[in-house]
Amino acid sequence: MSRLWRASPLTYLALVVAAGLSVFPIWWMFVVASRSNDAMGQLPPPVTPGGNLGANIARLFDNPDAYFLTGLINSAIVATTVTVSVVFFSSLAGFAFAKLRFRGRNAMLLVIIATMMVPTQLGVIPLYLLMTKLQWNDRLPAVIVPVLVTGFGVFMMRQYAGQAVSDELIEAARMDGCGTARIWWHVVLPALRPAAAVLGLLTFMTTWNDFLWPYAVLNDPANPTVQLSLRALSDGYYQDMSQVFTGTAIATLPLLLVFVLFGRQIIGGIMEGAVKA
Amino acid sequence: MTVQLDARPPVAPAPQRSPGRLSRLDTRYSPYLYVAPFFLIFGIFGAYPLAYTFWVSLHDWDLLGADHPFVGAENYTRLLADADFWHALVNTLGIFVISTVPQLLAALWLANLLNRGLRARTGWRMAVLVPNVTSTAAVAIVFGVLFGREFGMINWMLDLVGVDAIGWKSNRFASWVAISAMVDWRWTGYNALILLAAMQAIPRDLYEAAAIDGAGRARQFWSVTVPLLKPTIIFCTIIATIGGLQLFTEPRMFNSGTNPIRGGPLRESQTLTMYMFENAFAPHYNFGYGSAVAWLLFALIAIVAAVNVLLLRRLGGDRPQKGAAR
Repeated sequence: MSRLWRASPLTYLALVVAAGLSVFPIWWMFVVASRSNDAMGQLPPPVTPGGNLGANIARLFDNPDAYFLTGLINSAIVATTVTVSVVFFSSLAGFAFAKLRFRGRNAMLLVIIATMMVPTQLGVIPLYLLMTKLQWNDRLPAVIVPVLVTGFGVFMMRQYAGQAVSDELIEAARMDGCGTARIWWHVVLPALRPAAAVLGLLTFMTTWNDFLWPYAVLNDPANPTVQLSLRALSDGYYQDMSQVFTGTAIATLPLLLVFVLFGRQIIGGIMEGAVKA
Repeated sequence: MTVQLDARPPVAPAPQRSPGRLSRLDTRYSPYLYVAPFFLIFGIFGAYPLAYTFWVSLHDWDLLGADHPFVGAENYTRLLADADFWHALVNTLGIFVISTVPQLLAALWLANLLNRGLRARTGWRMAVLVPNVTSTAAVAIVFGVLFGREFGMINWMLDLVGVDAIGWKSNRFASWVAISAMVDWRWTGYNALILLAAMQAIPRDLYEAAAIDGAGRARQFWSVTVPLLKPTIIFCTIIATIGGLQLFTEPRMFNSGTNPIRGGPLRESQTLTMYMFENAFAPHYNFGYGSAVAWLLFALIAIVAAVNVLLLRRLGGDRPQKGAAR
């Protein structure tokens, strides 16, 4: 690592400004969420929390149009299911690409890399028609099944498995009579744990945040994800911003929690991925 | 982005120890089983819909019609004569340009700051990355209020320095700026970390050599760092292009009230993806027309990404540097 340039006070000053700009909107979201609606008309705008959070939360969960609790539960179900599935199938495929020999391997890997560059979001219209045929419209499988395994996940796991699992270890397991499935379970998966954790975190956050596809396919206002509850709030309750902001704060909280607990790993994952990719 | 397809030799087949037939079948066919889920899911829910979009775009296809007659290129000719389409196209490109250029420059600068010997290294990195992990819809709502006309914090601060209130939602260009601010807020730190990772891979002696040759800090940055970061900068630009031209959540949630999918009463901030949604889903449910928008957007992304790569190839002079980059 090159630490050529010493950090001057000016460096720190610039970083404080950058960090302040990054954190402020999030901070302010919690400020408004904890105040009454009077805060919206105040100039200069208040920047410290108030005591109204409880009342705002009660109003939010009583709101008959937002289905906020349903949204939270649905988002938890969707994000958890997708995360477990992506980690499972990606580590399996990543192991195969990194450590097993089979015809068409490189070609298939190239296809996977290509899929990461293709804007598949543009296929929403046929996807919507397909969901109508499957009768999954307005139901959670519509937002779960299409992302059960992703090209990004497979590629990330393949890159990591290539260096984290030694061929000797796999060969030894094979000598002991292990089939590939058992090698994956007993040898590869334990070695992949750090990368699998990062993939799981990134997947959870992406899925929790997903907006466009749920917006298209979950049209029943009574069965939203939490992001769609926010849409209902934002479109209908712009007179009651402290309630809307309470919604945004609660929808953001799980992500912040994950980030505070595992930020180091997430940063490591993003930076390592950048060097390797 | 260089991909090493054969970074490690694959496991050699087990030596002649007459493995059982089952075991041979396992080594031979199980890899296909392991990679099959991806291809199955991607095929059904990724590739097929994308290709089928083109087929749908050649038909008069809406929600209610029992049959959808083939109309050839009619959706496309109608679209190319549609002023709202061009309006959304200009919005999309405008927001893309005024968000991406400052974003990548700021990311480069931020990465350069983070690449110094800092105290609390992880803390700074987390602080610049935190916007990226927040909920996009939530943040768009917050920015919508920050950029409010009457009581928004931005206008209040502008007022302090003597600037008149700006209608961030009613003025077309101002709405582009506000939405770009949102995009940059989310992505600058992320790109900075990617660039930082690449910066740290640059060998130190290159800087020492440059310093001996009398290059100052700024000169070292533009003559050593930036050229060597070229592959990473191209990578970041392509990702920003693919994401930026499909921008949807930010402008959609920035607008509230009646018909926000139009991006304001006069479509001030309607992007192409929003325009596709407006036509393909509520209120119009015209799948054929919406699909034509999707395909033109797809083409646009491909063209802009290619142009960007060509432009960036020239970055930092035309020195040959194959191999040195990684």
